[in-house]
Amino acid sequence: MSSSTFFGVAELSYFLAMATYISYIAFRKNAIGVTATAITVFGFLNQSIAFIIRWVDSYHFWVESTPASAFIESLLRSAPLRNLYESLIFFVWSLILIHLIIEFIYKNRTLGAFVLPVAALALAFIDVSGVSTEIQPLIPALQSNWLLFHVLLSFLGYAAFGVSFGAAVAYLVMVTESRLEKSYIFWSIIVGVFMVVLIAMGFDYLSLSTMQRGELLQSYFLKATFRSASGSVVAVSWVISIAFIFVIWRFGLGLKRVLSALSITPNMLDDITYKSIAIGFPLFTIGGLIMGAIWANSAWGKYWTWDPKETWSLITWFVYALYLHARFVAGWRGKRVAILAVIGFVAVIFTYLGVNLVLSGLHSYGG
Amino acid sequence: MENKEKKDVFDIIWDFFSSVKLAVVILISLSLTSIIGTIVEQRADQATNIALLAKFFGDSMAPTVYNIFVKLGFMDMYHSWWFVGLLVLFSINLTVCSLDRFPKTLRLVQTPMKPQGENAIKNLPVKKELSVRSGQTTAKDEVLNSFRSSRYRVFEATGGNAVQLYSQKGKYTRFGVYVVHLSILLIFVGAIIGARLGFRGFLNLPEGDSYSYIYTSDGRTIPLGFTIHCNWYDTIYYKDTNTPQEFHSELVITEGGREILKKVVEVNDPLKYRGITFYQSSYGMIPDAVGEFIIQVTAKGGQEKTLRLFPGETFEISGEDFRGTIVNFSPALTRDSRTGALTTFSDNMINPAVAIEFDRAGEGKSTGWILKRIPETGNLPDGARIRFLDYWGVEYTGLQVSKDPGVGFIYLACILMTIGLYACFFMSHKKIWVNIGPDPSGEKGHTKISVGGTASKNRLAFEKELEKILAKASRSIEERSKK
Ligand code: HEM
Repeated sequence: MSSSTFFGVAELSYFLAMATYISYIAFRKNAIGVTATAITVFGFLNQSIAFIIRWVDSYHFWVESTPASAFIESLLRSAPLRNLYESLIFFVWSLILIHLIIEFIYKNRTLGAFVLPVAALALAFIDVSGVSTEIQPLIPALQSNWLLFHVLLSFLGYAAFGVSFGAAVAYLVMVTESRLEKSYIFWSIIVGVFMVVLIAMGFDYLSLSTMQRGELLQSYFLKATFRSASGSVVAVSWVISIAFIFVIWRFGLGLKRVLSALSITPNMLDDITYKSIAIGFPLFTIGGLIMGAIWANSAWGKYWTWDPKETWSLITWFVYALYLHARFVAGWRGKRVAILAVIGFVAVIFTYLGVNLVLSGLHSYGG
Repeated sequence: MENKEKKDVFDIIWDFFSSVKLAVVILISLSLTSIIGTIVEQRADQATNIALLAKFFGDSMAPTVYNIFVKLGFMDMYHSWWFVGLLVLFSINLTVCSLDRFPKTLRLVQTPMKPQGENAIKNLPVKKELSVRSGQTTAKDEVLNSFRSSRYRVFEATGGNAVQLYSQKGKYTRFGVYVVHLSILLIFVGAIIGARLGFRGFLNLPEGDSYSYIYTSDGRTIPLGFTIHCNWYDTIYYKDTNTPQEFHSELVITEGGREILKKVVEVNDPLKYRGITFYQSSYGMIPDAVGEFIIQVTAKGGQEKTLRLFPGETFEISGEDFRGTIVNFSPALTRDSRTGALTTFSDNMINPAVAIEFDRAGEGKSTGWILKRIPETGNLPDGARIRFLDYWGVEYTGLQVSKDPGVGFIYLACILMTIGLYACFFMSHKKIWVNIGPDPSGEKGHTKISVGGTASKNRLAFEKELEKILAKASRSIEERSKK
């Protein structure tokens, strides 16, 4: 069977697991929770198999197109972490892995209702963005072991940040009391904007033909809605989006009531947020910033060029450094640090996708 | 009086710069201002950014806004006085704050541990208690052994009718944050040294040519102090595609006419000499250049010969009855899919091909194309072979040239930061006190072991470790009391 078959099964499992985790927090039946975990594990195994098959496939692809290279080199060069599609998939895999570990350590299944949606978000993004799933040859600049470890560790770090994001949003949902509270408005808007962008990308996917979509994601991103040529489409998009976010804001308090009835406590969520950042921060620093700089130095002769992608990863780093210092040294607690954790992950997403979609840069990750 | 006042001013300044609130403000400012530079293209030409600004401010306002932005340094903002000022402030903050706290940490690390009262142990964040059926000495010995086998250095104190064991591990991890902070400062040091003493330039070096100076990006000419020569440049393609797999060129360094160093450089594998590094970064065709065709001919019998020919030149192969003449060249030959005619699809040497006219005695003239990337095109019907190896002297290799004496500091900083972060987040300073005394519940022959401890990080793991150590001790105690 092919890699995409296993991946398809994994993807279905994750969406199903998300729904099951959410029903678990709604109905509070232990059996539902166990089912959710089982589905997640099943999906994870499938995705792991898909990952290995893809690696083997691209190994053969590499060996065929470069008959002269040695075994280890071929193995490293064909690691499936080479483009947007593959790295997003690896992000999902790491996210689920970290989620399962945390679920095991804390013996609490509630967090799944917040982490699985992050995975689903990434999967939906992969599907609706129409990014190329082909195995592609590696351009010369990307043929570097530093780059490979750079991508590997960064994405493990991003996944840890993804978990902290889920936990921080859950925390905010739990501790905010009224619709007029700033933290409440903050989380409802963030959640709303995420959903709006994904839905808008879904419209791109459905309404633009393959021809109109063309090769590069940035050329058709949001073209069916907010960036449409027709002014009325743009106006309608805005009105519907704002209405949508309003609905989330209006009914979001219901979620709090559901969560409060569960065994999860805000303290536990705060702890998970911190712990995942404590894992993500060193991984991101070493893998993202340090190895990225070493790679840049060996490829271009400059370890830092202030290109938008680098700058955004620095901004991300600042935000998480801020989180650590605010919490540990300045003694911030509760909502304020949770908001920082949420902003941190928004910066991660912007570093990874926004820079390519909205800004432009040197990096090849965008096609 | 005067003295005291001075000290106060100093104190105020010190407190200001050592405050974490300031750090929070600086980090937020750096993040927010950095965003500007990712939107406005840095060091770009005027027209690009005016066009960008017109999208936000309209065509009529754009030039005015542009001029204001230039004044504010937004067009090269990471080098603007205020951004650099923020970075300086950040370094001062980081230095002062670290210096401010360091003595306290040093004391914490240097002060020997002291035994604690039993009640104090009960109030520690991690605590365990167990009662074993054995004498106090046996219990103590086994607890001691168990801690030692987990590599704890254990101290002992006696007080009243109880014994206390205490130990700590990982106290030096307390220095982790200072190592991280120091590494950040080292990055600044490295960056400043690089900016002051280094340079960055570019060199388009034609095949067969030599240079002993380069041009920097800001238009200066810098003598290298040696000569760099390019033997050849070549692109390798993935099999059956036009996707480049590798760009590489052979470079030779000569000094005083003597060859010092020869290396094939490729992307991610530069040549380094005397602190100056040459990176393969691009390539291209030299306009109007005429080069030499490097052709390898093999006669039927196996005689192999390499020829260098100019366009229009004629060659013979020993034992063959024809004369070949080089009559045409295409850097990128392809067959048009509609008309079937041969055409050239690029100015770059993507699929180089040479046309050779064969003049065979008696048979007249015929022309054939030989492609470099498809060697079989040079197999002649009677078994002789012609291989087109290169059209040499028409391409240049594009080299990024840089000297950065600060890069050593950067690498050192990277190593330190890795170590420091590891110490901060994956290690922890653990302290343990174990009180061993008679069981107050009064059961005869029982000993009570109360354990308390603290860990600077990851309490959960610490608790697990303690449980394991105690389980091991109580197992050995049981075994000994059975004997
Ligand atoms: C982006 C830059 C910075 C990074 C990456 C960084 C990194 C760190 C790390 C990893 C820790 C340990 C946190 C923990 O144990 O959870 C730490 C602690 C600390 N940092 Fe920073 N830091 C930065 C900037 C600053 C600045 C500008 C200040 C100046 C006020 C500062 C003051 C402190 C203090 C006071 C501590 C606590 C030390 C202690 O536990 O005694 N940091 N920093």
